[in-house]
Amino acid sequence: MSSFVQWLTESMFLWKALIIIVIFAITLGIAAYSTWAERKVAAYIQDRRGPNRAGWGGLLQPLADAGKMFFKEDFIPAQADKWLFILGPCLSMFTALMSSAVVPFGNSFIIGGKEVFVQAIEINIGILYVFGVVSLGVYGVMIGGWASNNKFSLLGAIRAASQNISYELAMGMSIIAILMMSGTLSIREIVSQQHGGNWNIFYQPLGFLIFTVCAFAECNRTPFDLPECETELVGGYHTEYSSMKLGFYLFAEYINMFASSAVTACLFFGGYNYPGMDFVEAQLISALGANVGHNVATLVGIGSMFTKILFGIFFFMWVRWTVPRFRYDQLMNLGWKGLIPLAVANLVITAGAILSGYKLVGIWVGLALMVVLISVGWSIRPKKKNAILGA
Amino acid sequence: MQNIFSLPPIWYTFAILSVLTLFGALGTIMSKNPVHSVIYLIVTFFSISAHYILLNAQFLAAVNIIVYAGAIMVLFLFVIMFLNMKQESDEMKNNKLITTAVITALLLGSILIIFLRRAGKEKIDGNAFTSQTGMVEVLGKSLYGEYLLPFELISILFLVAMAGAVMLAKRESGERHF
Repeated sequence: MSSFVQWLTESMFLWKALIIIVIFAITLGIAAYSTWAERKVAAYIQDRRGPNRAGWGGLLQPLADAGKMFFKEDFIPAQADKWLFILGPCLSMFTALMSSAVVPFGNSFIIGGKEVFVQAIEINIGILYVFGVVSLGVYGVMIGGWASNNKFSLLGAIRAASQNISYELAMGMSIIAILMMSGTLSIREIVSQQHGGNWNIFYQPLGFLIFTVCAFAECNRTPFDLPECETELVGGYHTEYSSMKLGFYLFAEYINMFASSAVTACLFFGGYNYPGMDFVEAQLISALGANVGHNVATLVGIGSMFTKILFGIFFFMWVRWTVPRFRYDQLMNLGWKGLIPLAVANLVITAGAILSGYKLVGIWVGLALMVVLISVGWSIRPKKKNAILGA
Repeated sequence: MQNIFSLPPIWYTFAILSVLTLFGALGTIMSKNPVHSVIYLIVTFFSISAHYILLNAQFLAAVNIIVYAGAIMVLFLFVIMFLNMKQESDEMKNNKLITTAVITALLLGSILIIFLRRAGKEKIDGNAFTSQTGMVEVLGKSLYGEYLLPFELISILFLVAMAGAVMLAKRESGERHF
């Protein structure tokens, strides 16, 4: 027994368990308050007040909503596939919560002479893990939509599936450009390579654009929220759901927003890096000593990471209340005929720039050349004879 | 006979995963509803990926999840949801089919058993084994070094298949627009 206690204290197990629980709690907390923030942002954009009755400025609104969700009648349609009907929202929630496991939220704490990374698990295929979890996310929606035994739910599920498959391709190819530059699959390694203002957004502006558009589509957020398009589909894949099962579906969307903001921050905005972090760390170490100074500097880094994540979530909301929804054929055309060719072009330009030896200049020159070529090609394109079909 | 309680923990993991794999595989062929079959098959893919992780082949595990569980099975589910397969097929009520199936299964099983008995049982030398074999760096180096030509030939094959799929799905002039 004593050897077990010794193992517990000496190994990383306790610290890792603590970090996982804290990240889990923060994820749920941020997702819960995203629902409040979404309504406040919507209210601000539409020039009204938003929720302001429950608590100070409506701050207790998420708790009130959760209470309402739990006390509603939990209804399962008679003709539904009962087990799959229950499995759907569980899977949605499960895959949403899994994706932030490999995200490094901060550098490291030095505790008792050991370095503990602020990250649930550090694996050398981190980005593939994220990609795998994202590709599983659609099962919750599909299974739930099919098991409802309702035509509108099924249509929503099928829309979700085709949308996710289409946008995953462009997303993967925009990530490959990042991987070509960094030469590693580990997210922590990608983040630490962006140290000192070397953020990937400067090297990959087109990749960032493609990734963001795909992230919106993968999270089923407006302008790509076709699977839950209430004007066409009653409610979408969750038409038949009520009570906390519906709550899980809606909540999973906010967790996905948090996770995709975190991954975007890591891939393009330097994760926990911020300008002048070496200076801050040196000052803190000289003021507080090596260990405490390092730990406080890590805390500041975590703060910068969460600033980026919260801005990402705000950006999701900003777009939602600004841009109207796409039509379905427009969505498919944008994915297959717009984003995938652009992503391939971005890959070629990145490869050329890396080979030329001037990464930054090469990529911007290549992108400028591409824009010129596309606009020239667009202006001299042959005019279609059938004006109605060619529109 | 070794005591079952003195086995290393990895054996228990292997046993549990194997049971899960077989459970998924049996569920795939035994469930009446095709959507249930697909979900059982996804369980099988997951437990096979877990087996890859036991073998320290992380990259293969991740790619297996992304390609099979994440893409191909989504397409399967997608197609099956479109088809209305409520009515039971009466193929298995045919006596001839059952006899053929049983004979084929017996033949396949006996071939498998014969080959398993003849297969050489090589012990892996623990000292010569490198734990990095399944890692993505090693895999990439051997794919793009030693096996460059077959790798590139396979990619050409994929390109041809892709072009073929596009050709098949292309609208002919005069066909109906939806």
